[in-house]
Amino acid sequence: MFIILAVVMIAAFYFYPMIQALLLSFKSGKGMNLSYVGFDNYVRLFSDKTFLTAVKNTFIYLIIQVPIMIVLAMFISVLLNDSKLKFRGLFRTAIFLPAVTSLVAYSIIFKYLFATDGLVNKLLMNVHLITNPIQWITDPFWAKITIIIAITWRWTGYNMIFYLSALQNIDHSIYEAAKIDGASSTRQFFGITIPLLKPIILFTSITSTIGTLQLFDEVVNITKGGPGNASMSISQYIYNLSFKYTSDFGYAATVSYSIVIMIVILAIVQFKAAGDKNG
Amino acid sequence: MDKLKRAFVYIFLSVAAFISIFPFLWMIISATNKSADVTKGRLLPGSQLMDNIKNLFTTVDIVPALMNSAKISVSTTVLAMVIASLAGYGFEIYRSKAKDVVFTILLLSMMIPFAAIMVPLYQMFAGVSRAIPFIGLDTLSGVVLPTFTTAFLIFFFRQNTKMFPRELLEAGRIDGLSEISLFFRIYMPTMKTTYAAAGIITFMSSWNNYLWPLIVLQSPEKKTIPMLISNLGSSYTPDYGIIMTAIVISTIPTALVFFLMQKHFVAGMTGSVK
Repeated sequence: MFIILAVVMIAAFYFYPMIQALLLSFKSGKGMNLSYVGFDNYVRLFSDKTFLTAVKNTFIYLIIQVPIMIVLAMFISVLLNDSKLKFRGLFRTAIFLPAVTSLVAYSIIFKYLFATDGLVNKLLMNVHLITNPIQWITDPFWAKITIIIAITWRWTGYNMIFYLSALQNIDHSIYEAAKIDGASSTRQFFGITIPLLKPIILFTSITSTIGTLQLFDEVVNITKGGPGNASMSISQYIYNLSFKYTSDFGYAATVSYSIVIMIVILAIVQFKAAGDKNG
Repeated sequence: MDKLKRAFVYIFLSVAAFISIFPFLWMIISATNKSADVTKGRLLPGSQLMDNIKNLFTTVDIVPALMNSAKISVSTTVLAMVIASLAGYGFEIYRSKAKDVVFTILLLSMMIPFAAIMVPLYQMFAGVSRAIPFIGLDTLSGVVLPTFTTAFLIFFFRQNTKMFPRELLEAGRIDGLSEISLFFRIYMPTMKTTYAAAGIITFMSSWNNYLWPLIVLQSPEKKTIPMLISNLGSSYTPDYGIIMTAIVISTIPTALVFFLMQKHFVAGMTGSVK
């Protein structure tokens, strides 16, 4: 009784479209005129330069950004968990604050901050770290870096909250016992904190992976995917295929299934790496 | 504890806090400056705020956009709270083997990226448009419908229900309450913190949602606030003062919701990872 509504809604708006997408991925054509083409779309993926660039970009974001963010979030939360620390609430609120902004709004702010004549360049030039402005948005390499900096800014505080909540549930007597045994704080961190945080580390790394594979708002609003396709994400490519160019819903569905397959593979890898079946 | 380590901790946290806050400060300062001053990188508050607000309200349709976003977020949040808490409660209180299997399947939907289902969803709503025009494409209910039930929220409520004192239910049953009124009269009032935390998360994500509204809504008067800001940001002759003012205004509701309910939020989150 209590669960029926939720089950129906999730079936209708998640699982049913998933099946539809699978059927669609075997069709091709313009607009609503689609015909069955078998595995053609899947073959097309491997010779589609734009698709391969989008996959490469997405993986660069994933491999660089997610580990940096998770280590940073964990590190900050361990520092903030110290009850003797002053201004804890203040630090916590400040660092969480980015998570309340909309992805679009903060993207626009970052676009201006990182403009060639923007504040970040002026600041870096004033402290003589650089002599010429960095082309943050218009250079293929720096455009990706800008996106990575932006996502890290937005999500570190959000992930930190999960670690803080988990840390508060750890029994203090474990640390007391460790101290008596003469374990250093580094030893305590690797010997007690990390193992106990394992489920949360797994949770945040999987949600961040899924989040990164779906990256859309930031690339669209900071770099428009450019220069060329240098910062384009897979989601943006799917959007373009469906709603921007002459729409090919069938091929777009095929590209979207590639994300599903990647998520499943990466989730399995992460579960295995955590080595905890109860994750 | 040696002093050097302490100092390092404070410096590190201060730098992190500063980096987190700086874009906000800059956005607020910029909202009080002229467009030209924003480009120059002026870091002092100006006197342009009232003019920026006036220009924003006269040149851009921000009021309808705010109203649309408000309607969407409030109805999404209310519906999400009811559906997800009913389900979370149902799964935890009336446990059975079959339900555990269903729950696991529901959780799998968390792995489904939105990008993978947006095309079929669009087609579904295009189909519905022909039959029932008021929930199809280009309607606010079309935005709300597929977004308010999430496995994450059901999971969240279920985790928190684990701590719910079941004796209260027994007491209610003895008093002759039906199963459904047990939920509304005993469970709901007891779980205020959980509702607060879940409400904040849902309101924020709904207010900030961009991609799905962008697909569903076509007519300009149905635009939501993120769509409006995105358009302002990509215009060829941007007035930075006005854009910054619009961004500040769009951030106020979520920031306010967060600050007012921060205590409940942290308490609710703590419950969810127990």
